Amino acid sequence: MSTVETWEPSALELDRRRYRQRSAKRSALIAVVSTLVFAAIIAVGIINSPGWDAVKESFFNVEIGAKYFTAILKGLWLNIQVLFFSSIGVAIFGTLLAVLRSLRGPVFFPLRFLAAAYTDLFRGVPLIIVLYLIGFGVPALGIFPKLPNYVWGTIAIILTYSAYVSEVLRAGIESVHPSQRIAARSLGLSHAQTLRLVVIPQGLRKVVPALMNDFVSMQKDVGLISVLGAVDAVRAANIASALTYNFTPYVVAALLFVAISFPVIRFTDRVTARMTGREQNAGTV
Amino acid sequence: MSLSLKFRGAAVVVAVAAMALTGCSSSDDVETTSATPTTSGSAAPALETLTEGKLTIATSEPAYSPWVLNDDPSTGEGFESAVAYAVAEQLGFGKDDVVWVRADFNASIAPGPKDWDFNIQQFSITEERKTAVDFSSPYYTTSQAIVTTGDSPAATATSIADLKNVQVGAATGSTSYEAAAAQIGTDKLQVFDDNDKAVAALQAGQIDAIVIDLPSAFYLRDAVLDDGKIVGQLPDSTAGGDQYGLVLPKDSPLTTAVSAAVDALAADGTLKALEDKWLTTAENVPVLQ
Repeated sequence: MSTVETWEPSALELDRRRYRQRSAKRSALIAVVSTLVFAAIIAVGIINSPGWDAVKESFFNVEIGAKYFTAILKGLWLNIQVLFFSSIGVAIFGTLLAVLRSLRGPVFFPLRFLAAAYTDLFRGVPLIIVLYLIGFGVPALGIFPKLPNYVWGTIAIILTYSAYVSEVLRAGIESVHPSQRIAARSLGLSHAQTLRLVVIPQGLRKVVPALMNDFVSMQKDVGLISVLGAVDAVRAANIASALTYNFTPYVVAALLFVAISFPVIRFTDRVTARMTGREQNAGTV
Repeated sequence: MSLSLKFRGAAVVVAVAAMALTGCSSSDDVETTSATPTTSGSAAPALETLTEGKLTIATSEPAYSPWVLNDDPSTGEGFESAVAYAVAEQLGFGKDDVVWVRADFNASIAPGPKDWDFNIQQFSITEERKTAVDFSSPYYTTSQAIVTTGDSPAATATSIADLKNVQVGAATGSTSYEAAAAQIGTDKLQVFDDNDKAVAALQAGQIDAIVIDLPSAFYLRDAVLDDGKIVGQLPDSTAGGDQYGLVLPKDSPLTTAVSAAVDALAADGTLKALEDKWLTTAENVPVLQ
């Protein structure tokens, strides 16, 4: 141990390090310059296109963007609330579906079959159609009390995204090596305990990037609840656009959606990097 | 659909290229000749249309009654279809020279070349919109009405104050929305992609009433809803009512000629006759206060 601490790299090694540093700096510089040149060429190309003035006026009108910003932001709040409740719903229902599909034994065939049929159906049907069917169809049955349209929107999103998420979770559960289950059962854990304590924690970790991907996807799809009449960010932008005959409000809404998804995307990258690092360190016990 | 769009795109490219090739001198000729219909009111040669000798008219997809019957504008049945053919005739185009295309709201106002000469789909003339497109003179003036079903809480409303307590829906991009937002308020206002979705929500009981232009209100009550009821009209928020105009691309060479044609149809009573034929305006609907 002490020998390691007193070890000094040789002049040759220091030289190598300096060289690596220099070349790293150089490639970073080249990358920056090349990116700037590339962006400049595209920008000049777009700005000099014959229709640029019209496009700038229609899509990047600062005055119109500023005027409708608060209305769109207010709409975004509805999206965030829907996202919050959808996430909880999807986490619960998606996990339930995944567990049902990974149940062993012939007794559970009907449950496995139902879960499989469900995921097949809801992964296939476009979300916007699910929204129409749930949002206009279910209330028309007249068996539920009158609920606001965003509640039906949230339910439709939960139904669709649970199907996606359950498949991701199932892949995670199945990726856990059988020896883990066997070891857990041989230690005396029941099937449920094995699933809860051994399999799901390991499986979940494997699919975090995929789950986060679905989450980001859901984050923007909550904008579709506008088709049910709810005035969310997308609809607020749509109304502003209709009043002004200008597309800038959509650009504002797009930027707001990016702004809320950005932290999640960065967080996912961090989590993924940390997990990769941990897994690669696994050799040194 | 995508194939026909591509074809239309190609047609636009060809038309634009043709215009570019014929050069500036020919467009000068066109400007001098385009004055003809405004003076004679008939048979106008060589208007600078998208396709030479043809007049390309756009409407919505689908087009609704009573504006266009059975979603088929080429029959001339329905108020807007009839108006479009009357305008075409004024401009010197026979029935066979009219080509119908479909255009949606967003595509109609997006910058860039258009694949139609003018667009007729209940576009209300507003100052904001004039910055993005040209409008002809108005061909129809309407007011906004409240439609509901018999068992809805809105059915008993007798004033605008009563409507503030129920959920009202309107289509986005419509002057119905603007009127509803201005007079009933946006607190409980539900906003839909188009009138179809608003009607679906009304039938599902998700909203209590719809704000819609008066002719469409009659159509909904009589032909669409089981137990339809018109509660009343909203008072005109703009002086003289809500005026519909033909939409032309910004700075279209046809705007003057088309406006003159609409004016001529208004002056000789054609528009009034078409209104009486296709739109139910005779009935008295109370104006809510």
